[in-house]
Amino acid sequence: MTATRTIVFSPDQLAEVRRLQGLYPDKRGALLPVLHMAQDAFDYVSLEVQEYVAGLFDMAPSHVHEVVTFYTLYFQQPKGRHVVAVCHNLSCYLAGSREILAHVKQRLGIGVGETTDDGRVTLQSVECLCACEAAPMMQVDDRYELNLTPEKVDRILGELR
Amino acid sequence: MAEIVLMRNFGRQDSHTLAGYRATGGYTAWEKAKGMEPAAITEEVKKSNLRGLGGAGFPTGMKWSFVPKTHTGPVYLVINADEGEPGTFKDRYLLERDPHALIEGMLITARAIRSAKGFVYIRGEYVQPWRIFSGAVKDAYDAGLLGNGFDIVVHRGAGAYICGEETGLLSSLEGKKGWPKIKPPFPAIKGAFGEPTVVNNVETIACVPPIINRGAEWFAGLGTKTQGGTRMYSVSGRVTKPGVYEDSCAVTLRQLIHDHAGGVSHTGKLKAVVPGGGSAAILTADEIDVAMDVDGLKAKGSMIGSAGVVVMDESVSIPEALLVLARFYAHESCGQCTPCRESTGWIYKMVHRIVDGHGRKDDLDTILDVAKRGGGTTICAFYDGAIGPYISYIEKFRGEFEALCRS
Ligand SMILES: Cc1cc2nc3c(=O)[nH]c(=O)nc-3n(C[C@H](O)[C@H](O)[C@H](O)COP(=O)(O)O)c2cc1C
Ligand code: FES
Repeated sequence: MTATRTIVFSPDQLAEVRRLQGLYPDKRGALLPVLHMAQDAFDYVSLEVQEYVAGLFDMAPSHVHEVVTFYTLYFQQPKGRHVVAVCHNLSCYLAGSREILAHVKQRLGIGVGETTDDGRVTLQSVECLCACEAAPMMQVDDRYELNLTPEKVDRILGELR
Repeated sequence: MAEIVLMRNFGRQDSHTLAGYRATGGYTAWEKAKGMEPAAITEEVKKSNLRGLGGAGFPTGMKWSFVPKTHTGPVYLVINADEGEPGTFKDRYLLERDPHALIEGMLITARAIRSAKGFVYIRGEYVQPWRIFSGAVKDAYDAGLLGNGFDIVVHRGAGAYICGEETGLLSSLEGKKGWPKIKPPFPAIKGAFGEPTVVNNVETIACVPPIINRGAEWFAGLGTKTQGGTRMYSVSGRVTKPGVYEDSCAVTLRQLIHDHAGGVSHTGKLKAVVPGGGSAAILTADEIDVAMDVDGLKAKGSMIGSAGVVVMDESVSIPEALLVLARFYAHESCGQCTPCRESTGWIYKMVHRIVDGHGRKDDLDTILDVAKRGGGTTICAFYDGAIGPYISYIEKFRGEFEALCRS
């Protein structure tokens, strides 16, 4: 399980925060990018992380919280080492995304929104990722995996450590 | 088939590099524009009949001319790369395969509107496009194209369809939740960080260099009387060859499906088509002889929107397709306006009930009534976009819905 980490950016990360804040006419513009950084650094954006980030922006933690909860890409709970997001919108549905999602669930033994017991994968079912020409598709961490078949899904999931 | 303008470099292995872009005449339009007065650039774009390719189809040159000439503070150029409309994927191709076309277009646009700073808002899920585009921006800085009077900040979103709506996008760029704002004031008067801001789509701005290089008349001549140029159509769903196809704004839906995308797959028999992204009203099989420009689709009671074409063959269940979209709108409503927040949730539940076989026939009239009365009552056009499918799917395929209902 995740070890307790001190919620502080390194000096380099802090310099990056200042650089990002300087790019916007009002430093608050850098809030989304800095939250992305925080998620990369601390695995997820806990209340503690939100409070820390709020301090970097001289904002009330509640204002950071309302931003974090608005967007789908920020995790407020620990997530798996990999995030698998199966698209369920129109073109993917027309290409069999329901069967793909059912297959992924069965392979991982978890439902949507859940994480495998070994902390390997968190599963999501998401709206159009705009790669509909290659439906059905899913996102695995930073990558788009296209033109899925059950066999291809098995191969992709098998490679996740 | 029309000349290929926007996708002209896609076949090159090095199309995303500065060298590759320069090899095909890249940045020569910028050289030319540097010798033009800002007002002359705007005038050229006006005459080209370029209309916004992000969804609303607003005339681009006219939008630029709304920026107050007397304003002494900063003016911002914001590029909408938050591509999220179901069935649309063209901007992803541009960001990955021709990023310098967007950068060059931004340089020219910035000169026209006297902006020293541009933001490119890329949807958070587009990690690969974000990396490639950021690399191109770095190369443009190293080559001195950027940083000499115009800067570009590449901004990553964090997952929210509503941030594609321009005022929601600006809220998000300012570090807030992506709540749309009431217009007026329009962004051109009071936009990002309270300053005059031009918001344009990626593809719209990629059209600017060719317009400057080859002239407004040439560009206008590629399209219809009221919309110039070619555009990139995203075609997916039940077709043999899904993909992004460039053609004139005058191309018909039939040509796109049959000549470009290889015709209908599965049963081979067309049932319905979404012509302009998930939010466009659906067309039946006998409505596809329509020009795919802003006015052509408006005349059919639908919209060209983002030009995302989703094809459905005879075997597709229209109620199930509506269920997929109804879930989308329920999930993506930002929650700010009551009609949208409440109706998207309840309509999703009702369509769900119908598809599950527990619906009543008067559910259909309830949905239509709620949808029709909610139009135009909200801060932004998100809910108007949801109404398009609710009404058209039910009215055009009512029998299919009724067959699922208890009497
Ligand atoms: C709900 C909603 C979602 C939108 N999503 C996008 C989008 O993803 N990309 C885009 O360019 N425009 C989108 N738009 C349109 C923008 O509000 C705006 O009209 C456009 O970015 C202006 O650029 P253009 O004139 O170059 O098209 C959306 C509009 C609405 C109402
Ligand atoms: S519907 Fe799945 S990528 Fe568009």
